[in-house]
Amino acid sequence: MNSRVLHIAVNTFREAVRDRVLYNLIAFALLMSAAAVLVGMISINIERLVVVHLGLTAISFFGTVIAIFIGIGLVSKEIEKRTLYTVLSRPVRRWEFIAGKFCGLTGTLVVNTFFMAIGVFLALAYVSHHLNSFDFAVLVAVYFIVLQFLIITALALFFSSFSSPLLSAIFAFALFVIGSFAEDLRGFAGMTHGIARWLATGAAYLVPNLSALNIVNQAGHGQGVGAGLILFNSAYALVYTLAVVSAAVVVFERRNLK
Amino acid sequence: MHAIEILGLEKTYRVGFWRKRPKQALRPLFLTVEEGQIFGFLGPNGAGKTTTLKLLMGLVFPSAGTARILGMELDDRRMKAQIGFLPEQPYFYDHLTARELLRYFGQLSGVEARQLGRRVDRVLERVGLQEAGGVELRKFSKGMLQRVGIAQAILHEPRVVFLDEPMSGLDPMGRFEVRSLIEELKSEGKTVFFSTHILSDAEALCDRVAVLHLGELRGVAAVEELAAGMQAKVEIVWQGNSVPAAVQALGIDCRTAGDTMRAVLPEEHQDFVLEALIREHLRVISLTPVRMSLEDYFVAQLGEPVSTGKGDSAFGQPLRSIPEPASDSEPVGRARL
Ligand SMILES: Nc1ncnc2c1ncn2[C@@H]1O[C@H](COP(=O)(O)OP(=O)(O)OP(=O)(O)O)[C@@H](O)[C@H]1O
Ligand SMILES: [Mg+2]
Repeated sequence: MNSRVLHIAVNTFREAVRDRVLYNLIAFALLMSAAAVLVGMISINIERLVVVHLGLTAISFFGTVIAIFIGIGLVSKEIEKRTLYTVLSRPVRRWEFIAGKFCGLTGTLVVNTFFMAIGVFLALAYVSHHLNSFDFAVLVAVYFIVLQFLIITALALFFSSFSSPLLSAIFAFALFVIGSFAEDLRGFAGMTHGIARWLATGAAYLVPNLSALNIVNQAGHGQGVGAGLILFNSAYALVYTLAVVSAAVVVFERRNLK
Repeated sequence: MHAIEILGLEKTYRVGFWRKRPKQALRPLFLTVEEGQIFGFLGPNGAGKTTTLKLLMGLVFPSAGTARILGMELDDRRMKAQIGFLPEQPYFYDHLTARELLRYFGQLSGVEARQLGRRVDRVLERVGLQEAGGVELRKFSKGMLQRVGIAQAILHEPRVVFLDEPMSGLDPMGRFEVRSLIEELKSEGKTVFFSTHILSDAEALCDRVAVLHLGELRGVAAVEELAAGMQAKVEIVWQGNSVPAAVQALGIDCRTAGDTMRAVLPEEHQDFVLEALIREHLRVISLTPVRMSLEDYFVAQLGEPVSTGKGDSAFGQPLRSIPEPASDSEPVGRARL
């Protein structure tokens, strides 16, 4: 990585940590331990299912909230507070700033998710007394959730490069919700006719396909995940993220700072 | 080579939410600054000083025109490594300490890792913040932030330093320190371009000044010329509540403050008024020259809008003919190309 991008990323990470973003881990830890203990007491052979579902949903929820709420401020806050002036008057290109901000926040999310994943596996080990090869699917599910974070962060960053934090939050959250039903949307689009079909299909493929990145159910039931899906999803998330971040750069390159 | 060469920079903002009206913040500006000079950029509030600096820093984009710094285009990375910028009312990352912030900025400016620590310590000392290096910036006062702002502008030893109102928010000691710092920069061969609306700061420091008003350049000159055009005033305070008839006849505004009288008058009437007071056996308490700020000056002389062209005769006209002291080969009267 380019050294300026790296320095900006490190600073973004440091800011998130000092703003106590990682404190959500405490809430997560409490949640997981409570769940593990409770499920362990009931014990009707669905402990594993409950822990995986709850754990992955919580990982996704906490991460999405962080991605949106920090993502929307990445650029707009620096413009608003004018901290950007002294950065951009240095030999830093605007795209380097955007790239650094993006890497910093996704780095934060990866670290955050890493600790949460450890929590999920600890809880799993506690309720089923050992880990087995099925649990590999849980790992893949966590990986897919991280891919979701990439996309959501990119979208939040994109919106924040031209609109206010509030609007950015609304847009990003709306796309997150719609994207979670992307597959259904594609199904609906197939049912319409004529020009509507073209429009609907276009829209359905434009929104991020977050539902394909959600394999919580398979993971819960211990089903295996094919290498093909892993590869395809990785490529999809990467291309989508890159496109959105590039769009953010294009917008930001032309922008007059307040 | 010119340190700064502004070739017709112009900025029109669109203001208003619904129907956007154009607002011309900067009319086409032509200006050159020689290397090694301290150059003052003067003008009342809203004159377009900050707009010019933001254009030069590439923070906003010009509606027309270009500029070069050290002979390079505004988006040239090599040029950006050689300039420093203090924004107006600077604000920095809350979560960092002063030392961390300076390290970060040093890295972004490409200061070598080996030198970084030493540079940061030195520059903190230079702006009088050696004690506060480890304090988080959210706990900094306004003047301390201003000092950090100056520190980050000179940290990487730039050849040209741009300062937007460097004295604002500083206590008297701080102002004095910043003045000497700017002089030091000059003695190191650096070019300093700073905006201000305080004439005394410009008087104390600048080789040359440019005056901007309502987005238009009104003239470029050495400071003495600027000060010479201004009518000096004095303030006289005396004991008692009576005003001599002779003084009253001058139409001077006298005010009571406790059991003293206070009058501000043009310097040329000073002796006359003093004699009148002595003749009436009134005890003079003080006689002080009044420093006019640039705002007073503008109110007095540049009050009219630019478009009428009347305002020019008071000020712009004589200035344009003043030759540049440093080098006579350079055209000076570029204000109105
Ligand atoms: N983002 C903006 N949108 C619209 N108008 C602007 C914008 N920024 C500045 N202006 C206008 O441009 C003019 C010049 O402003 P500028 O900030 O350059 O003045 P200044 O000389 O720095 O004044 P001050 O001494 O108060 O700092 C002002 O009339 C201001 O209202
Ligand atoms: Mg200003």
